[in-house]
Amino acid sequence: MKIVKEAIAGTLESSDLLVKVAPSDTREIVIKSEVFKQFGKQIARVVEETLDQLSVKAGSVVIEDKGALDCVIRARVQAATLRGSGSEDLDWRRLS
Amino acid sequence: MTSSLTPLQSPDSVLGQSQPFTGATAQTPYLDAVDTKLHRKLCGSIEEAIERSGLKDGMTISFHHAFREGDKVVNRVVDTLARLGFKNLTLASSSLLSCHDPLVDHVKSGVITQIYTSGMRGKLAEAISNGLMARPVQVHSHGGRVHLLQTGELQIDVAFLAVACCDEFGNANGTHGRLNCGSLGYAKVDAQFARQVVVLTEEVVDFPNHPASISQDRVDWIVKLDEVGDPSKISAGAARVTNNARELLIARNATDVIEHSGYFVDGFSMQTGSGAAATAATRFLEERMTRRGIKASFALGGVTGGIADLHKKGLIKTVVDVQSFDQDAAESLRTSSGHLEISANEYANPTSKAAYVDRVNMVILSALEIDLDFNVNVITGSDGVMRGASGGHCDVAAAADLTIIVAPLVRSRIPTVVRRVTTRLTPGESVDVVVTDQGIAVNRNRPEVEQRLRDARLPVMTIEELHERAVTLTGEPEPLEFTDRIVGVVRYRDGSVIDVVRQVKG
Repeated sequence: MKIVKEAIAGTLESSDLLVKVAPSDTREIVIKSEVFKQFGKQIARVVEETLDQLSVKAGSVVIEDKGALDCVIRARVQAATLRGSGSEDLDWRRLS
Repeated sequence: MTSSLTPLQSPDSVLGQSQPFTGATAQTPYLDAVDTKLHRKLCGSIEEAIERSGLKDGMTISFHHAFREGDKVVNRVVDTLARLGFKNLTLASSSLLSCHDPLVDHVKSGVITQIYTSGMRGKLAEAISNGLMARPVQVHSHGGRVHLLQTGELQIDVAFLAVACCDEFGNANGTHGRLNCGSLGYAKVDAQFARQVVVLTEEVVDFPNHPASISQDRVDWIVKLDEVGDPSKISAGAARVTNNARELLIARNATDVIEHSGYFVDGFSMQTGSGAAATAATRFLEERMTRRGIKASFALGGVTGGIADLHKKGLIKTVVDVQSFDQDAAESLRTSSGHLEISANEYANPTSKAAYVDRVNMVILSALEIDLDFNVNVITGSDGVMRGASGGHCDVAAAADLTIIVAPLVRSRIPTVVRRVTTRLTPGESVDVVVTDQGIAVNRNRPEVEQRLRDARLPVMTIEELHERAVTLTGEPEPLEFTDRIVGVVRYRDGSVIDVVRQVKG
């Protein structure tokens, strides 16, 4: 999946996160989190896995996390990526 | 000429070192002029009061926190002291809040070099956690502070006490002015122990002012200020009323625990802390009390509008108030003869001749963290930074028959039930029941309470199960890294050191 335009998903409410994606030549992930000290590595792993699942090879992904659970992080990253890909043709099996 | 007083001059006299009489007003010269007789305590400014108090570098100053986030006195007085060039002062406020952020600059510049407080929030707490002060902050409980004053570890040279109104002799209260903060329970103690007492008041009223929460015989100087506090901000901060569904669920669970604990009988006594769920539980309690025809003999606190409301409705006979958390509580104290104002010494000091906490049946308290041994942290956040207050937590937990801790199982993705608390303030042996939105755990040393709650079909599980549930949701947090440097010393209510807070790494 290719990110062809800027897109966002999520909010800055507590327990949520805001994900911004934009086109880029490489895959760049920036994570800011209120719980970075305790969960920074875990958040990074979930984001990487989610992008891998969607075969996102390139794109800038900027995350502002307010202490969201893994399931929320996964959903918001998927939503932002899909919006940024402009793709109408979704493989829903890869989103589970 | 010999007189009957000649023996006073003889060193062997039975009259010893007593001095002979030299005049009716020899020791009270202020009685000789109307101005000094009546108005001698009034100072035109804070500067004048500071000068007349004899405050020197290296001494200890104190404040009370009845105005909570609305306090306008601490910053103003310390700003003045800084301007006058004071250095190396010990600040002993009964507590500090976010509104005291400007103190950071006065610590940096060396005006304040030591702090005793029940708690801290905001930028000051963050800066101290990150190593702002050479000497660690001493965190004490409300009862423990009085104990430190009694033992002499803490000696207040000058107390600056904000009040709603006072007369020109210093009879002061927090309830009968234009602005009302309610109980002056912490100020009462400072007025008793401080060498010099400066009362800062918004109104100077006719003599004699009553009720005199602080009495004229404890007051040295009086300064009238345009404003000492903003009462609309008293209930800001920790004491708030919630409509958050999860907090309400916790509150309902806590009320279930109270109802089925075995202590919910006519004439019971209770206290609720200032957290959202603890405050909300008061609302649910009304219906249970009415349904079962049960009334409480007294409620202690930290009094909220909710407690005052139950008092008004006749469900709580007497309210015993060391601090009024909101305007409704303050108004109840002003108008009800069954609403008593007490000092922190009467409230919770373990070495007081009698503390009200000793007679509390059930208490609901909040927590930032609870661990598998039921130890409670109310001072450091999950990032290791201080952001709370000891308050009366360990005081009432130690004394109450049933100590109920309420907290959401997770806050955002931070588990509340943890393996080991970051900082221990209240020892697990004082804690009986932990109530979360997802289950209730009972301390192993209270099997009879656990049985009663199970019989009532409440969602009882082990503390280990609660912890596992939390970590299943959030993932296992990585341990925080600290340096060796101690930034805070946690004093238990008897003055002993129960834990220390270390500086966070990075």
